[in-house]
Amino acid sequence: MRDAVPIGLGYFAVSFSLGITAHNAGLSAMQGFIASLLCTASAGEYAGFTLIAAGASYAEVSLMTFITNMRYMLMSLALSQRCSEKMPFVHRLIFGYAITDELFAINIARPGHLDPWYYYGGILSSVPLWALGTALGVISGDVLPARIVSALSVALYGMFLAIVIPPAKKSRVIGGIVAVCFAASYITGRVSLLSGISSGTRTIILTLVIASAAALLFPVPTDDDID
Amino acid sequence: MDKTYSYIAVMFITSYLVRVLPLTIFRKPIKSRFVQSFLYYVPYVTLSIMTFPAIVEATQSPVAGALALIAGIAAAWLGAGLLPVAVICCAVVLAAEFLLI
Repeated sequence: MRDAVPIGLGYFAVSFSLGITAHNAGLSAMQGFIASLLCTASAGEYAGFTLIAAGASYAEVSLMTFITNMRYMLMSLALSQRCSEKMPFVHRLIFGYAITDELFAINIARPGHLDPWYYYGGILSSVPLWALGTALGVISGDVLPARIVSALSVALYGMFLAIVIPPAKKSRVIGGIVAVCFAASYITGRVSLLSGISSGTRTIILTLVIASAAALLFPVPTDDDID
Repeated sequence: MDKTYSYIAVMFITSYLVRVLPLTIFRKPIKSRFVQSFLYYVPYVTLSIMTFPAIVEATQSPVAGALALIAGIAAAWLGAGLLPVAVICCAVVLAAEFLLI
């Protein structure tokens, strides 16, 4: 559990700004709390909240959640390779719910078979803070003046940038992809023919097109680099 | 009953299945180079698309949002972590809107 305390504190800060987004989307503190407790995903929840705000269909929300959480499939696969055959199957159903970037990282970093109890400790010391932070973010969206809310609403984008930019600096391919994404996202929002499509659907289509193109043009080396 | 709870349920079911199905179904690693590459690029692509131009539209003044974007990219480029970059973006918006509005 101790290893996950810093994770929990980090989650608290991130989820606070996520709560601001939830507030802007019209969610109550309770709804924000439940959403974060159940979904435990920053980008996925953010995308979901913006779609809820836009009054999107359930299919759109589901598809968008699927796409923004697709990277967890990769982590889930990697974790499945590390499960002992003796481990009761039910554990996979429980800890699988909380596959996040950070909890994945600390669990996959430990040598040998995965210890489900270590995973549960990590969940207990981080996920409640994640949910609490979201709820407080929603509440503060109500209480704080517009100036502060406006400033805090870019926090999440700042974190997205902090995830995207360092690899873009290291790899020209990712740098180019980020630039293409910015341009494509801007243009498709402006062109009248395409701007009629909801922003969520645009994100889905652009993700599929750009990531597929990147995978075809610049395939990453295979081997066991998932671990 | 609030429609929001139905949305949350949809989000939960999808997020849960995405995470648990590979863990339970696939016991062997995926060999396809295309699938691996695709999954590798997806987070960068999705996050980039969601960040711009949304960051410019999120603030009261678009100029403040644009400044936050530039400051955020610069800070992340120089190696600042998640929280510092986020704080810098917030501070830039706060300062810019203090002057602009």
